[in-house]
Amino acid sequence: MLSAVGATSVDDLFESVPAAVRLGRPLALPGGVSEMEAAATLRALSDRNRPASRLVSFAGAGCYDHYVPSIVDHVLRRPEFFTAYTPYQPEVSQGTLQNIYEFQSMICEITGMDVANASMYDGATAFVEAALMAARTTKRDKVVVAGSVHPEWRVVLDTYAESGIIEVVTCPVEDGLTAAASAALLVDDATAAILVSNPNFFGHFEDLAALGDLAHAAGALFVVSMNPALAGVLESPASFGADIVVGEGQPLGNAMSFGGPGLGFFACREQYLRQMPGRIVGRTVDVDGAGAFVLTMQTREQHIRREKATSNICSNHALNALAAAVYLSSVGAEGLAEVGRACIAKAHYLREALLATGTFDAPFSAPFAHEFALRYTGDVVAMHAEMTRRGYIAGVDLGSIDPGMDGLVLFAVTEKRTRAEIDAFVEEVVSL
Amino acid sequence: MNPADLRYDKEHEWVRVEGDTAFIGISDFAQDQLGEVVYVDLPSAGDELVAGETFGEIESVKSVSELYAPVSGTVVEVNDDLDGSPEVINADPYGAGWMIKVALGDPSELDGLMSADEYEAFVASEA
Repeated sequence: MLSAVGATSVDDLFESVPAAVRLGRPLALPGGVSEMEAAATLRALSDRNRPASRLVSFAGAGCYDHYVPSIVDHVLRRPEFFTAYTPYQPEVSQGTLQNIYEFQSMICEITGMDVANASMYDGATAFVEAALMAARTTKRDKVVVAGSVHPEWRVVLDTYAESGIIEVVTCPVEDGLTAAASAALLVDDATAAILVSNPNFFGHFEDLAALGDLAHAAGALFVVSMNPALAGVLESPASFGADIVVGEGQPLGNAMSFGGPGLGFFACREQYLRQMPGRIVGRTVDVDGAGAFVLTMQTREQHIRREKATSNICSNHALNALAAAVYLSSVGAEGLAEVGRACIAKAHYLREALLATGTFDAPFSAPFAHEFALRYTGDVVAMHAEMTRRGYIAGVDLGSIDPGMDGLVLFAVTEKRTRAEIDAFVEEVVSL
Repeated sequence: MNPADLRYDKEHEWVRVEGDTAFIGISDFAQDQLGEVVYVDLPSAGDELVAGETFGEIESVKSVSELYAPVSGTVVEVNDDLDGSPEVINADPYGAGWMIKVALGDPSELDGLMSADEYEAFVASEA
């Protein structure tokens, strides 16, 4: 092979790299080992992980330890879904398109919206795309975002804003909430949207009706992010006037997987359909009148509209969307409501128990769902580390996200937590 | 085939003058090139048009094109029927497929547009 390219040694191939920047010695790597030894080494390394599956987790903040029924993995791991990449003639993959169509239909049901797309990368990208869509729709470029939206989502929004395509104004948080009166001071006739999360980052319920009215009175759109795990027990954002509803779909049958991949869902009212980002699957009939699924409304997308496309995201998280669709199909409407009720009841039980110890106090008093922030009277970092050693993830240290929230711990409780686990956790954390 | 009483521009729009106002649509050649029209995005009454600038978009099944104003003026009426049945543009581009009616801002701009014969020659030269 060397002679075919006119070289006499492998070193000849690197001649164009200046000698001064070449390493000049072998890499400092250990010698080869057998496959059996390598497997043992890797297993020993992986055994040092502390996955949530072997801990009792009270962490949430966007990624939750919900039960995933075994049927989800069974369907997910079918090679037709698991290994297939969407072919460039997507209609060949009727199974993939049908799944996405079903997913879209379920997202419409839980959001109360008319149309949903095939999914987006995660809740944060869906949230930002909603801001951009509101700007296109209203031909305005300022968005007012609640300070109670997930801090990481707001960072993603700010990253897009740095390019100058939108201006982001953040509404201050008061008692863990967004006060409509404060938001009103920031909303004007240049405002494209008010963006809120419900429940918000601290687990509290925002006054959606007031914020929605405020947006609409200014001619702006109302964008609401929701947690789909609570869709069975909460009124849909649509009933509060939301125009675009987005969220992180991980709670629906998706593993936590070290924090990703996520599943963004995106839905809106039909009148804004042509401004939607992402792919949309539709149902139609073929020339013989048989049912068929197709990609539709593609003139919004960049392979046709180029620089005027509604988004530069032309992909989706199909496998995660499949997991969500199988999850929702398996738990059903009543199961989803049971999950929501269990999470909320258990979270309230934990909060009361922690407050009763006197080791924690409450920074906020507003009603909440299955997540809440408390102030720890001791050293949060030390407490968190010790509780991990004892087999618990003691919530999320909010000071690690924002120094302004130093001392606050955000707890989430899912249907997986038992009373025994909660009681044992409270006992252990008090004993520190 | 292209009505002789209309004026045409190089972006394949037509203009039919009625007094101080003019109807605007796209030519038969344009609709044929686009194929089945599925959506048209038009301005609202009261919006200002500037000759040569875009005033909307037209989508067919697999393409999207911009609509260019052949003349300047103020939109006084929009063909709302196109919302529900945009395919009328394919069926009757010079009649029921009209898009907007404008109050002419500068009637002398009409002199810069083509006659039906000139437009046919233009289309032939483009082919």
